[in-house]
Amino acid sequence: MTDTELHLSDDELAATRFPGARRPDRRRTVDAAGAAISVVEWGDPDAPPLAIAHGGFDFAETLDVFAPMLADEGWRVVSWDQRGHGDSAWTHLYSWDADLRDAAAVIASLPPEPLPFIGHSKGGSLMMHLANMAPHRVSALVNLDGLPSGGTMTDVSDHERVRRLRDEMDAWLAHRRRLIDKQRRPGTLDELAERRGRMNPRLDLDWLRYLVTVGAARDEEGWRWKLDPTMRMGGFGPWRPEWSMSRLPGIGAPVMGVLGLELEVMGWGTRPEHVLPFLPAGARLEGLEGVGHFVHIEQPRVVADLVLEFLS
Amino acid sequence: MSADRSEISWLRHHRIDLALHRLSEGSEPGARPLLLLHGLGERTPEQVPAGVDWHGPVFGLDFTGHGRSTVPVGGGYTSEILVGDVDAALEHLGQVTILGRGLGAYVALLVAAARPAQVVGAVLTDGPGLVGGGVHPGSPSVPYPAPDSLPVPDPFALLELALNVRPPDYAQTYVRFVVERSGLERPIIVAAVVRPEWLDAVASEPGVGEDDVATALGYFSRHAETA
Repeated sequence: MTDTELHLSDDELAATRFPGARRPDRRRTVDAAGAAISVVEWGDPDAPPLAIAHGGFDFAETLDVFAPMLADEGWRVVSWDQRGHGDSAWTHLYSWDADLRDAAAVIASLPPEPLPFIGHSKGGSLMMHLANMAPHRVSALVNLDGLPSGGTMTDVSDHERVRRLRDEMDAWLAHRRRLIDKQRRPGTLDELAERRGRMNPRLDLDWLRYLVTVGAARDEEGWRWKLDPTMRMGGFGPWRPEWSMSRLPGIGAPVMGVLGLELEVMGWGTRPEHVLPFLPAGARLEGLEGVGHFVHIEQPRVVADLVLEFLS
Repeated sequence: MSADRSEISWLRHHRIDLALHRLSEGSEPGARPLLLLHGLGERTPEQVPAGVDWHGPVFGLDFTGHGRSTVPVGGGYTSEILVGDVDAALEHLGQVTILGRGLGAYVALLVAAARPAQVVGAVLTDGPGLVGGGVHPGSPSVPYPAPDSLPVPDPFALLELALNVRPPDYAQTYVRFVVERSGLERPIIVAAVVRPEWLDAVASEPGVGEDDVATALGYFSRHAETA
């Protein structure tokens, strides 16, 4: 039995409503080399499109407040669930290259004229990479707290760095061995909201409860996030944050970066001084005091106005 | 060594079914096995390769997207994910010595670091995919295979793993893991003629030997009891 057939309690029904939140106007699927990528859109289908990429462990409908603010000002807002997230397919493998290919497939499903790329967190890095790779497709780039910087890495001894990598590798292998037939743990709506709140401690509880209703599915055992259980914070590999930042100076389209200056667990802790040396000529950088990593969720009106003004 | 046709054990790594081939029983079937890891685009050979002399059983693992193993949908390969493939084989086989070719050599290094109690020596030798994608990312691109590519080996594996970045200091870190936790004097032996930067860096580390494959395997077979 699925959530469409299960009766929601009054409390659960109440959670499906959040001030300003509007579910997407349209949904479709893009085939990205065999992976079914769920695409959502807000706004007039004939309006000029812009594309927004969500962050890691998020999903497109985390934009349910922010995206309508852009759509209501005349944009066709297009976003998608990255593979393994939201309503997109759970795949065998996950990697940066695969996420890029999926994103490129979504962009390829839009009209050929250059369009604004917007991305939050990992999605910001993804869009920066795409803008560098396909400058003919991007008319402007907005990065929402998605600028990993080597300058933010804690100064630790070589011995300590090696120990952390080894611990991470051990934990990753233990996780892989436990994965077969693994399902996400079911819970009540409030339990899932509380779990999510540990990663997003600055976000409003009612918002987290709303997210459960759009980002989780309910079965007879309770609610489960749709996120593939394979997904896990951390992991090991050769990637370095400065590789991401090195994509920034080469962007030819107008660039705006928005940093949330309150440190929190999901953010990079990037400060304006880490970004300024890498900004291309004419680029703009906004630091938001008292705002955490999820700038567009904590302050959707402020960030939407910044974006709308920048794109105008 | 005899040219046995392989028997396959099927192992599970998350959503992937992996083919583990038994190529030979060896003269001492109870001895520590030798595990062959193939190069990029290759598969486990049908028989024990020439020049590989091992007293115990010899196995070969088909990596994800190669040989008889599952071909994933939509790519997403990294060398690190293949460590999980080999870990599934270690869970099945217990202690092994590894002979890795090309891509398999790089993965062998990572696995030796991840499971030092189970990997009693790794020999790294030439083969497809040895070089990888350089020491840092190049100009960004999104690789797509040609539409008429053969389904196996997975064309996404061929593309993505050929671009897999291998910083020398990253590889050296794994050597240090191995040396720190191995009971062997030389737990890694480089037998490759070609030396990309990552492998040059590996070969320069204390505790890493350089020899031909036959000598390296002889060394690890003699040191069974010391590990």
